[in-house]
This record gives sequence, C-alpha cells and structure tokens, in this order.
Amino acid sequence: MKKKLQKSHVIGEKMSGDKFIKSKNVLLKNATIIENGYSEKEKWDIFVVNGKIDTISPAKGSQPFSGTVLDCTGKLVFPGLIDMHVHFREPGREDEETLKSGALSGIAGGFTAGCTMPNTNPVTDNREIVEFILEEMKNHLFSVFPIAAITKDQQGEKLVEMAELVDAGAVAFSDDGKSVANSLLLRRALEYSKMFNVPIIEHCEDANLVVGGDMHEGFVSSNLGLGGMPAIAEDVIVARDLMLAEYTGGKIHIAHISTKGSVELVRRAKDKGVDVTAEATPHHFTLTDEAVRSFDSNYKMNPPLRSEEHVEAVIQGLKDGTIDAIVTDHAPHSIEEKDAEFSAAPFGITGLETALGLIARQLVNPGILTWQDIVQKMCKNPYQILGMEAPQIKVGEVANLSVIDPAGEWEVDKFKMKSRSRNTPFHGWKLPARAVAVFNNGLYYLVDD
Amino acid sequence: MTRKVKAKIIDEKGLKRTVTRLAHEILERNRGIEKLAIVGIRTRGVFLAQRIIKEIERIEGSTLPLGILDITLYRDDFRQKLKQPVVQQSEIPFDIDEKNIVLIDDVLYTGRTTRAALEALMAFGRPERIQLAVLVDRGHRELPIKPDYVGKNIPTSIGEEIQVKMKEVDGEDCVLLVESPENAKGDDE
Amino acid sequence: MSFERKHLLGLEDVSAEEITHILDTAETFKEILQRPIPKVPTLRGKTIVNLFYEASTRTRFSFELAEKRLSADTLNFSTSASAVKKGESLRDTAQNIEAMKVDMVVIRHSAAGAPHYLAQCIKGSVINAGDGCHEHPTQALLDMLTIRDNYKDFKGLRVAIVGDILHSRVARSNIYGLTTMGAEVALCAPQTLIPYEAEKWNVRLLNDVDEAIGFADIVMALRIQMERQTQNFFPTLREYHNFFGITRERLDRANKKVTIMHPGPINRGIELDSDLADDEHHSVILNQVTNGVAIRMAVLYLLSGETQE
Repeated sequence: MKKKLQKSHVIGEKMSGDKFIKSKNVLLKNATIIENGYSEKEKWDIFVVNGKIDTISPAKGSQPFSGTVLDCTGKLVFPGLIDMHVHFREPGREDEETLKSGALSGIAGGFTAGCTMPNTNPVTDNREIVEFILEEMKNHLFSVFPIAAITKDQQGEKLVEMAELVDAGAVAFSDDGKSVANSLLLRRALEYSKMFNVPIIEHCEDANLVVGGDMHEGFVSSNLGLGGMPAIAEDVIVARDLMLAEYTGGKIHIAHISTKGSVELVRRAKDKGVDVTAEATPHHFTLTDEAVRSFDSNYKMNPPLRSEEHVEAVIQGLKDGTIDAIVTDHAPHSIEEKDAEFSAAPFGITGLETALGLIARQLVNPGILTWQDIVQKMCKNPYQILGMEAPQIKVGEVANLSVIDPAGEWEVDKFKMKSRSRNTPFHGWKLPARAVAVFNNGLYYLVDD
Repeated sequence: MTRKVKAKIIDEKGLKRTVTRLAHEILERNRGIEKLAIVGIRTRGVFLAQRIIKEIERIEGSTLPLGILDITLYRDDFRQKLKQPVVQQSEIPFDIDEKNIVLIDDVLYTGRTTRAALEALMAFGRPERIQLAVLVDRGHRELPIKPDYVGKNIPTSIGEEIQVKMKEVDGEDCVLLVESPENAKGDDE
Repeated sequence: MSFERKHLLGLEDVSAEEITHILDTAETFKEILQRPIPKVPTLRGKTIVNLFYEASTRTRFSFELAEKRLSADTLNFSTSASAVKKGESLRDTAQNIEAMKVDMVVIRHSAAGAPHYLAQCIKGSVINAGDGCHEHPTQALLDMLTIRDNYKDFKGLRVAIVGDILHSRVARSNIYGLTTMGAEVALCAPQTLIPYEAEKWNVRLLNDVDEAIGFADIVMALRIQMERQTQNFFPTLREYHNFFGITRERLDRANKKVTIMHPGPINRGIELDSDLADDEHHSVILNQVTNGVAIRMAVLYLLSGETQE
C-alpha cells in the first residue's frame, strides 16, 4: 500500500460538548460489574441519579423506567479507568494534542481520567501551569491530574517547588523523557517528596549508554545498522533508583518498565519491602523489535520495543504483580515530524484508543489476566500509587464508570481517532473489546463507532 | 507451449539444401571470402551462421570468422515487456572495421530485430558493408528493410506464425507454419 | 530466471539465484564496456534521479556512468544531510520526485532505512546506494563479481572482513550476500566495533588480525572513520594500525596467497599498507572499480522492467 504523503491538517474536535450528556436519571441495565464484592456470574441494574450511583439491584428484566436506559447485556462495567502516564501537548504543541482532544481520546478509549506528564512547553514546573491545566479541564467528564517536573525545566539541576506544586494540584513528580542523572539530586527529591506522600516517577535510562540509539540493541539493530539502546541502559538506572529509594525510604514509581532485568530488580526490591511500584505499556507487551524491520517510525518509541525475552518478562511481571499498573504513554506527534526516515523521527506513539483492545487481545483473552486484574492495574493500583481514593461502584458514590464491550471486534482506523495525532502502529489491526460508554463528574458519553 | 501446426514448409533435407544455396549465393555475390565475416543473431541465427560457415569452408577450404550478437538491449519493445528478458553476451572476436558483414537471422518479419541488430553491430565499429541473410521471409514489414539473401519466402496471414526448429536446440531441423496464440502480437522470433 | 524485484534496498533477503542472475547479467555489461562504443539504448526515455545526501564520488560516478551507458536521462541531486533540516528534506523531495514522474531513484542517505521510506512514498524503483550503517548492496555485488572473477565458486571460500564492522554498511551487505552464496565469513575487529549478537550471522568472530589472515582466501579491509577514535571505540589510530592494520609484514608471516579488497577510499597506512593496496599481486582494488559500473548497469537493467500493477 502506498503511504499517503499529506500535510497534516488540524483535526477539529469531532466530539462536540453537547454529546456529553448529564447523567440525571440513567439505568445501566443487566450489567456485569467488575468490582470487589460482585460476582461476574450475576447481572445487575445500576441506577445513576444526578451523577451519583443511586441504587444497585439484581437485574429484573423489563420494568417501567422514566429515565434513559442503557442496555448493558454482555457489557462489563468497571470503576472508571485511569491512565497515569499520558502526554497531552498543551501548553506548547496544541497542533499535536490539546488537553481537550487528549481527554476525548481517553474517553473514546474507555478512560475517565489521566495523569499528564510535565514535558509541555513551557515545562509544567510551576503553579501557574498546573492551575492552567486544572482550570482548562474543570468540570470536564475526563479528569486530568497533572504530574509536575522533578527539576526546573527538566534540566536535572534544580529541584522544583514541590510543596507549592502539590498545593496547586500536582499528583506526582517526574522528569519523564529522561532520568534524573544526578544521584544526589534524585536522593533529595525522594526525601523531600516523602513529606507529601506523592511518588517520584522515573523514566529509567542511562543517557550515555543510549547515545545515538534509535531502537533496542539486539540482533535486529545489528541487522538494520540502527543505533542500539541496550536493555542495561534501563537496568542500571532502575538499580540505582531502587537503592536510593531503599536508602531514603522514598516512594519511587518506575515508568514504562520494558526489560527483563528491570522487572527482576523491582521484584526483588518489593520482596525486600522497598516502596516501589511499576507500570508497563500495551506496546511493550504486544510488539517486539522485529517490527522495526519495516523502518516505520510508528515503531519508534522510548523505551524502545524490546526482544521476545523482555516482552515475556513484562507479561510475567504483570501476571505476578511485580508491575502494578498499565499505562499508555500516549505520545502524540505531528505528521511532519513523525513521517520521516526512522532516525529523524521523534520517539512515541498514541495509545489511549487502542489500550483496551490490546489488553483484551494480549492479556485477558489468552488467560494471563482477568478483567478483575485489569481493574486493579488501571484503576485501583494507579489511584493508590498517587495517594488518591480510587472510584468504587458503590451506592452513594459518584458515578465514575467505564462500560466496555469485551466481545465487539473492531478495526483500528487512525483517521477516525479522536486524538489530533495519527502516530499509531496499530492502524488496520482487528482488536477485541472496546469502550461503549463512560460516566464521570455528572456526565456520560456514549462512544460511537 | 504447443501450437497447432498448419503445415511443414521445409523439412530436414530442404533445410540442408537451403543452407547450401545461401552459402553459394553469399560467395557469388561477394566474389569470394576476402573481408567477409558472418554474424548470427541469437538464438537460431547463430546456429544458422555456424552451418553456413561450415558450408563455405567445404566449398572454399577456409573458415570465416563468426560473430554472435545479442540484441536484447537494443529492442524497441523494451517498455512493453512486463519482465526483463535475460540478456546474454555478444561475442564479436574480430575487428569489424572495413569488413563485409553478413548478418544472419532465422525469420524476417517486421524488421525490428534487424534494426536493433544493425544498431548493436555499429557499436563495435564501422564495417564497409552489411548484408542480411534470412532463412524465412514471412512479410509484414514495419520498417524499410529488405534482405539480400532469402532461404524461402512464406507470405503469412494474420493468425499465422513461422516456427523454425533446429537440431542444436529443438532436436530436429524443420520450418513450420503454426497458428499464433490468441491475442498475442507476434514479433520476429 | 525472471527478476521480480521492483527495488534493491539490501541483500539481506536476496536469494542465491537472484544474486547469481545479477552477476551473470553484469558479465554481459562488462563485455559492452569493452566495446569501441560502450553504450546501449536500453533505458532511452527513462528518467533516473541520483539523490546523494552524503558525500560520495566513487559510487555516484559509478551509478552516473552506468546510467549514461544505458542511455537513461539522469538528474543529480547532491547535498550533505547536515545542510538540510533533519527529516524534512526527504519527504519534500519524495513529493517532488512523484510529481516529476521519475522511473528510478538511486539514493544515498546517512539514515538507515531512508531508501525504504522513499520506496513507500514513490511509484518508481528505488536503489539503495548506501543507507547509514545499514546496507550498500551494489558495493557488495561488485565485490562478489570481483571475487567470482578470481575464484570459481563461492562455496567454501573464506572471506575475512576486517575493520569497523559496527558502522559498516559494506560489511553488512557482504555478510548477507557472501553467506547466502555459501562462503565462510569471518569478522575481525576490536570488540567495541563488533555488532551485538553478530554470531547469529553464522560468521566467525575474531579479535586477532593474524588469525583472520590465516583463515582467509580473501581479506576485505574496511575504511576506519577518523571520528570513531574520539568516541572511544578504540584508543588511537596508532594502536588500531598496530593491532588491526593489514601490513605486508603480516601477509609475509602468513606465507600464503591472500587477495586484498577494499571498498575505498583507503586510509593508507591505517587499515591497509599503501604499497599493498597498489600491489597487483595481492590487490584487486582497481578491478573492483571497473566491476562497479557493470554491476550497476545490471541492477538498473533488471529493475527497469515494467512491473504489473
């Protein structure tokens, strides 16, 4: 197939505000609830009144109801899913993604919340930007929780004003995109952030070991003559960070873990009682570095796609609980930048709208994880890591729900995505499972085809 | 591909007689073998050329130089062909300058092969004269080309083709009139 | 055999039959190059663009000559990748090429995979004339043509490639081509310049150049790029020459017939002794240059067939 050479055009928000509907009186009928205390064998009717869960009762068949009925036969209802690692490009690169377009992308993917990484332009390292983000997304169906930089301008030199940022609403700190190279500075960050019980999220990568690298160092990179990014570049920083966390008693969260070595290091640290958590992305448990043979820049991301043994270790880590969360690392890039020869293209792919389908295909359908486990890794655990209350499906609680159809096969079409960017390697894939509806903040949205 | 044979125009003995006659005509017209050289066009033109040289050797007692020409790279139907034909070497082991060259081909049809052969030959030098000898002239010329020596004139109609078989590649010596495959535009070969 | 390919992007997936067919076709063109008028009208009316984003004289001249010998119309575009903004230029150029209805593009680029990217963007054929550290298929083919001139069969032939394997596209293409043809290949370099898991290529890995010479019928010396020493792949050029240079002394010590090849341009006195490069008894480096035009003519000819939509 010919690659379309085209200028990127700004894609207007395809979901207008009026498609968010007030959840005044909605019945989720005959639903399977994936939540502690509910058996998947039973069916439930969930009544949402004025944005809150009013009643949950065993499904009764057809009964007169004055509000809107959402037939949830065969559908799963989760407490609202969160993606604790996304890049919405606002402020700075609104041509690639805005907070609102990113939120729509998240909603289409079945999420009700996301944590934005601070590598905006200017960097999210001060109260004003955190407040701007929160103000922009105020009362939106999709909740955005900003992550602030660890160091000023992500330069790895000077600590940000953490207390003030937490006060403004930052939920975690990260210099994502690179590691804090200076071990002393990271030690201070771990010690200082302990006071607020927020995690330090580390992108673990030794900058020197990956110099000139475009992909995972392995036989494929040797074949292609592309610069290698060895697995040990991640491992050595993970090892250092775990030692610092152990020493300081600080709270460390390993971002997008991708190597066998790192998974093993985290596993051992957890055994020793280190306050460490970790996350992994769908592309790291779905694809291997073999995909790069096409030289398609949609297979270029950081951490890079690894070889089979690493992919298996990530899956094992998810299975045994070493890896606590699944995140997308949603990283939109413009066509101008991404549509280029491999080494010239930036790292990163979009992920919000393909995550659930890939999780079903790679983890749930093969029997590696249950939907119950997925709720842990995409709702309960992330909120706990961030020191926040996770949404619950419980009478009296805010209706923060993700409704998904686990059986509905669909084809990924990058041109139909809600994200402003098109950089996905999964275009044309047929995936099981997709979002049907999301509820949050007194609103709900029905995901169309 | 086997095609339906309509008639056998020349048999083994006939082919032998034709070669002998062509050899005599070439000698007569050129008044001997001085400055004479024979160049065969791949594939069957080469075998024909070898036989004519042998015949001349029998008559005159000396051997004429033989050149082999592959005209693939000079074809004008290059753009119409879907696959690249296999190109083979030309072998002209003598200086063609000032020579009288007799170009040998099996069938003369549109004249396009001859044109390509003339162009190919010119890349080797500047012969004094080039003559053309063919086993069969089947008519339907598309270019102003006329043979100097003809084994047999066989006017063909549309839907007919000439198939030359030679022992060196086909296991037998004969010339057949065959039906052309449907929708195929025939060329010289 | 018919040649079905539209592009020549590398030798990694090219079969032994295809390589043999290209080499055989090149023999024909070698004959044409000997003629008083070494030119055929085969590609008359075809337009070929030579896109060179990296400095090159040999390869560019060789392609240009091959194109002219086949009567193609050629356009040349040379620039250094550093002169254009990364990533921008190739896409724009691809759009222009598409608008000009070019039949074939010969591309050299500092980025691995640039020819693959271009092949997806345009309708014409793409020939890789060297992409980053990835492949340089026509160079390996001409090396193989040169080898075939001197040795009858590739099977069991022993070739040692000595030098900066890690950054060498010539090495990769030769490894793929030679092993496909049944030759035994050894790679000899400082450990820092041997690619990760190179043993999976089914090659012998050596760190001792005397051992490599002892092993080989043919020694292929690679060009050492001067900037590598500042990146600490090896300490100094002096040390490199002392431990990995191909010298007359080493050849004398081996006391056997060894053919020397080099893709050029040679750093005389670093990877190869100057007098060895010029010694006809050992070196076939000049034959390599002549064979280059014939190989490129063969590749251009074979790729120029109309492909069915």
